Amino acid sequence: MSPELGHFALILALVVALVQGSLPLLGAARGRPGWMAVGEPAAVAQFACVLIAFLVLIQAYLVSDFTVLNVVENSHSTKPLLYKITGAWGNHEGSMVLWVLILALFGAAVALFGRNLPPSLRARVLSVQAWISLGFLSFTLLTSNPFERVFPPPADGQDLNPLLQDPGLAFHPPMLYTGYVGFSIVFAFAVAALLEGRVDAAWARWVRPWTLAAWVFLTGGIALGSWWAYYELGWGGWWFWDPVENVSFMPWLLGTALLHSAIVVEKRDALKAWTILLAILTFSLSLIGTFVVRSGLLTSVHSFAVDPTRGLYILLLLAIAIGGSLLLFAIRAPAMKGGGLFAPVSREGGLVLNNLLLGTATATVLIGTLYPLFLEALGGERVSVGPPFFNLTFVPLMMPLVLVMGAGLLLPWKRADLAGLLGRLKVAIALAVVGALAALWLYDGTPVLAVLWVGLAVWLAAGTLTEWAERVHLFRAPAADSWRRARQLPRSAYGATFAHLGLAIALAGMIGASTGKQEAVELLRPGETLSLAGYDYRLEGVERTRGPNWVANTATFAVSRDGRPVATLRPERRLYLVTNRDTTEAAIHTTGLVDLYAVIGEPSESESGAWIVRIYHEPLVPWMWAGALVMMLGGLLSLSDRRLRVGAPRRAARDGALAQPAE
Amino acid sequence: MTLRILLGALPLAIFLAAAGFFLWGLDPERDPSEIPSALIGNPAPDFELGPIPGSQTPGLSRADLAGEGPVLVNVFASWCVPCRAEHGVLTELADEGVRLVGIDYKDKPEDALAYLAELGNPYERIGADLSGRVGIEWGISGVPETFVLDREGRVVYRHVGPIMAPEVERRIRPALERAAR
Repeated sequence: MSPELGHFALILALVVALVQGSLPLLGAARGRPGWMAVGEPAAVAQFACVLIAFLVLIQAYLVSDFTVLNVVENSHSTKPLLYKITGAWGNHEGSMVLWVLILALFGAAVALFGRNLPPSLRARVLSVQAWISLGFLSFTLLTSNPFERVFPPPADGQDLNPLLQDPGLAFHPPMLYTGYVGFSIVFAFAVAALLEGRVDAAWARWVRPWTLAAWVFLTGGIALGSWWAYYELGWGGWWFWDPVENVSFMPWLLGTALLHSAIVVEKRDALKAWTILLAILTFSLSLIGTFVVRSGLLTSVHSFAVDPTRGLYILLLLAIAIGGSLLLFAIRAPAMKGGGLFAPVSREGGLVLNNLLLGTATATVLIGTLYPLFLEALGGERVSVGPPFFNLTFVPLMMPLVLVMGAGLLLPWKRADLAGLLGRLKVAIALAVVGALAALWLYDGTPVLAVLWVGLAVWLAAGTLTEWAERVHLFRAPAADSWRRARQLPRSAYGATFAHLGLAIALAGMIGASTGKQEAVELLRPGETLSLAGYDYRLEGVERTRGPNWVANTATFAVSRDGRPVATLRPERRLYLVTNRDTTEAAIHTTGLVDLYAVIGEPSESESGAWIVRIYHEPLVPWMWAGALVMMLGGLLSLSDRRLRVGAPRRAARDGALAQPAE
Repeated sequence: MTLRILLGALPLAIFLAAAGFFLWGLDPERDPSEIPSALIGNPAPDFELGPIPGSQTPGLSRADLAGEGPVLVNVFASWCVPCRAEHGVLTELADEGVRLVGIDYKDKPEDALAYLAELGNPYERIGADLSGRVGIEWGISGVPETFVLDREGRVVYRHVGPIMAPEVERRIRPALERAAR
């Protein structure tokens, strides 16, 4: 009975979305407050309906209801509890319900927390959001119903892909979707503003917290995905430029550009048409990502089951959502007035450069991802575009970006004096040069590019900290005075500092991981030792272990350095019994500076008693995840700033006045 | 003003062009993994590759391909993620008795050995194409790529990208049957 309840709740949500998509919009056009007010309860009701459907699906998984086809295909009675729950979104149909749930969640959040918005804008935003819901709810119901029954029910399920039975991947989709789908609200704001015909500083201030929230989650989602690939695929790689990774990365790049251009709209009342376009394009890229992943358009390792009708349906949605919004943009944008002139060396000049570089980088990734399709359609041969392309195009684009970023926070609005700026940054410049030289000296034969990157990462961190030090008068005022100033700095200032610092930390991690990685593969018998980069890995033994739905060979390594014990590593090679598939479970010990990474392979065929052992020495890799966390923290700090907090417009004005004397 | 109008319409124009490509790409007849090859119907190119240094598996040359009935020539590399995905499928085919040989493309010997040690070695012979020269002869556009050859060493079918379970039935087996004729 309950699966039908879920199905019914989804249909009800569709009907509610229909109301939410039409009445408030008509009301806004005709100036009828009563019609506009329908938007809020409708958005909350829509969320409640989808939530019921989602909970029903989870319940079907929890009790292993094998009369439901989706549960049969993706679950098994012996699967651990956590993966029974997460299995609900580890497949196409279930993940669509999660997608729509998050979409409805953001709609409900605008309804509940958007009280300070003008009623007509709020009504239009909620209606646009409802159209998107309408599209994806109908898609789910018509082509991917997760509640379909199967008769006769099989005795047990087919289990979830073992690679997905992992805590990292359990939380990766919800996080990633929250980011992806979160940009739908920003899109809705942009379309509503185009319909309204008004974009001003206030609009930019309203849209910013939503952009920030989506950005924080997308950052986390991408980092989690990369972390998962790192420890679960068992060979120490963390980014492959696979189409599916690229489509999650592009909205992030453009969303980052949007975060920055919205500041220019807010402060200088300029770049309006561009910011609107970014808002539309960011979500469009999320939609294209959904389309690419679920249509089988490109070959990728982690696509969902391919079904041409689904692809066609999403393409239709894409045409309506992206084509429609861009058409609206084409009609309305030419009438938008641009702002004043920009001095090249100024905060806004730097932000324009940031936008240009991030936009170009996004275009590069997009072209690299879709190029095989384009070439094939034009009758050319089929090719695959791999890491070399992106290393040659994307990576160099990031160099000027980081260069500008280092000075970015120190740039004043309107006009800056370049000589004075460089003077304030002399410590940072010196540190960057020292950092690069140290890299050259410490690691003889470091590639030139890596040396440059070390300098850039140090420069970014030092430049960012210089700005903070200046603002709190560090070393120029008594410590107590600096401390007081540090506490009085607005949280949004700390947000920017942390986000930029986070990138510097992550950059350091990427440099270390791509230049300092070492690996060793050997046949080891229990008792034998393998040495790599100063650490000794002694294979103590391999034993047979078993888990709820797998059996494994678990190896024990005693890791020591100069005779002193460092860690015990227990990598596993699991065989999942239902699907009869192997997974490697790498064992990783992190010292903070380096990851010691061990993988156990098959027993040797030629020498009995010996095992194939792979050891990776991965310097600075943990810094990548730490950097991502610091970036997220920056986003959250900025989000918690009172000036931005939705629903506090009055206090914001007072805060702004208070913040002035501290400058 | 005209310029502003043109600029405003530019994103829409680009999207419509991209959507046209997407629509074309959805054609159910289209298989992103199938590639017409100039080699089809022709003998495989002449080449001779030594074994992966340090490996027990013998190397591969043109002469090894003819004479023993249909053979699958799989181009792989340890650095290629989709290769991992298709590895299990290839192993199953080899276990069934399908003759499978490999070309290890642009790889480091130690990486290739680790890859085979970790996932198992289903290949009867493996030629180490460390420089990628032979890959050019075969006209491959990326890894993985798989060719089906008949007993005379003529190319019957070329598959680009990983071979997943459904494609074995849809593409590989029919090609093997054609090759056996």
